Amino acid sequence: MEFHQHTGIVRALDSVSLDLYPGRVLVVVGESGCGKSVTARAMLRILDRNGSITAGEVILDPATPQQLNLTALPPEGSRIRSVRGGRIGLIFQEPMAALSMQYTVGNQMMEAIRAHRDPGKAAARERAIALLHEVGIPRPETRIDAYPFQLSGGLRQRVGIALALAADPDVLIADEPTTALDVTTQAQILALLRRLQRDRRIALMLITHDMGVIAQMADDVAVMYLGRIIEFAPVRDLFRWPRHPYTRALLRSVPDLDAAPRQRLATIGGAVPQPGARPPGCPFHPRCPEVIPGRCDISVPAPVPPGEAGAACFLVEDVAA
Amino acid sequence: MNVLEVSGLSKHYPIVAGMMRREIGRVRAADDVNFAIESGETLALVGESGCGKTTVARCILRAIRPTSGAIRFAPEDGRMVDLAPLSRGALRPLRRHIQLIFQDPYASLNPRMMVGDIVTEPLLVNGVPGPEREARLLELLDLVGLPAVARTRFPHAFSGGQRQRIGIARALALNPRLIVADEPVSALDVSVQAQIINLLLDLQDRLGLSMLFVAHDLGVVRHVSDRVAVMYVGRIVEVAPTIALYATPRHPYTRALLAAVPKADPESRDTVTAPRGEVADPANPPSGCAFHPRCPFAIDRCRVDRPELFEVAPGHLSSCFRANEPALLA
Repeated sequence: MEFHQHTGIVRALDSVSLDLYPGRVLVVVGESGCGKSVTARAMLRILDRNGSITAGEVILDPATPQQLNLTALPPEGSRIRSVRGGRIGLIFQEPMAALSMQYTVGNQMMEAIRAHRDPGKAAARERAIALLHEVGIPRPETRIDAYPFQLSGGLRQRVGIALALAADPDVLIADEPTTALDVTTQAQILALLRRLQRDRRIALMLITHDMGVIAQMADDVAVMYLGRIIEFAPVRDLFRWPRHPYTRALLRSVPDLDAAPRQRLATIGGAVPQPGARPPGCPFHPRCPEVIPGRCDISVPAPVPPGEAGAACFLVEDVAA
Repeated sequence: MNVLEVSGLSKHYPIVAGMMRREIGRVRAADDVNFAIESGETLALVGESGCGKTTVARCILRAIRPTSGAIRFAPEDGRMVDLAPLSRGALRPLRRHIQLIFQDPYASLNPRMMVGDIVTEPLLVNGVPGPEREARLLELLDLVGLPAVARTRFPHAFSGGQRQRIGIARALALNPRLIVADEPVSALDVSVQAQIINLLLDLQDRLGLSMLFVAHDLGVVRHVSDRVAVMYVGRIVEVAPTIALYATPRHPYTRALLAAVPKADPESRDTVTAPRGEVADPANPPSGCAFHPRCPFAIDRCRVDRPELFEVAPGHLSSCFRANEPALLA
């Protein structure tokens, strides 16, 4: 997909392929500007107006009679709106992005419940209380009448999750859901997400930049860099045998709770380039310690085939060949 | 020799109500905080949002006036000044000795000033002559790993990590006795964060910096600090040398904090635990020990008496009544 900006066209994503499965957690990881949030927004068709999907498709319920190509729907039509918040729930980094200050928690939850399958007002309220209970909000029968600003950050994020669950989604996309939270609250919210995802057999796509969160939550991991998936692997393999030099560097640069005092961290030279200034060849080559001159700076490694573990790197291709 | 000695430091904010703005309560943002920083030492102040770590830092910078307590600071060897009661005018000549590194590298640099002017502004304000400023600028840029050409460019031309280097160069310009760093790497990407942590470690070694490092990320703190003070609801609950704090935490809150950190190891999945409940409200803290409603070790006494810090091992203080019991050591 591309963004049209006054400075020119920015290719924000490039041949990104991802599969989500019921009951599995896919983590998409990368640094700022890598395209992890844009991927989610493109899937839900909530890109800003200057953004357009130039190739590819997003299929809901693939290989079933009701299969639906989201990319073919008009982005503001009723069908995509019934998918958004209906079949696919969304959890934001800042729960206030999903919540309004002017309405009570109950008002907003009942609106979400009734928007998709209206069971009537009284039943919707019952269901809202049940959902608040399910996400671990104490005394949901009274909290339902609270305004979001009366709640702590952790409780707000729980309400955000309850709201995302309002229409019983099969897919949940959580974009940095714990980044704004304290570490003890983060642990609570991650435990909650995992329980919900298991109990409800939800396909969870979790976007994060935190290697700790990945290790704790993921079944599979897609590592993104400058709009491309540069490595895909089951979580244990990724941590044990990272294939791409970027993944290896990322794992080594994480501050460690068991580090020796005053221990230096491994670093990656330079900084992530601006999305508009994408280098030729492999996008990581200017920062790569294992760059092959004359190759990585000229040609682009083949993307990782969908659903297969692998890395978009010539070093990996050479070993496989 | 200590650069800073904080004793009995409190900052309370009144809660007012009604037309007469009657005081109906107080938020104890910092409450009887005590610690010292030795010359060349980095002390980390850690805790969750609202615990008072930034309030303490702001009191030391005298951006705010503490409600009570002393902030004894050594602008030079052998002289100690209590910053707490000083007026703006009296603080002025002392300010150059304490410098701040900000969290947000985007908001803390004036976008209309060239990098050279940003870094040398503290020198200009303190009357350092032009040629000397020039020489010092080149030295500072080199120290933080920026090319000399950076001086004629504007902040927008730099990435977040490079901007943080500019902010560090500015903080170092006057050779301060104490650096206060408030979450200096939390806004950065992982790969850049590692570069800045290493830079801070280099600067500590080369310049013997004394630093108060305010942070919430226990992984980062482990790398850069010599000692760690843990705050909860306005009070320090544990202080220890870094290794001891991580290896043998002696306060249940510190234990909970460490156990909640998601470890970057998929094999450790079921070892990460969350403490029950939520951080207490500093306007209405629980009686006794503020952590008792969440504490798995709480006994009746914790609900009634407020524990004070005491030494549990050399240089290791805890404010838990049960800090010496085997249950907590396990």
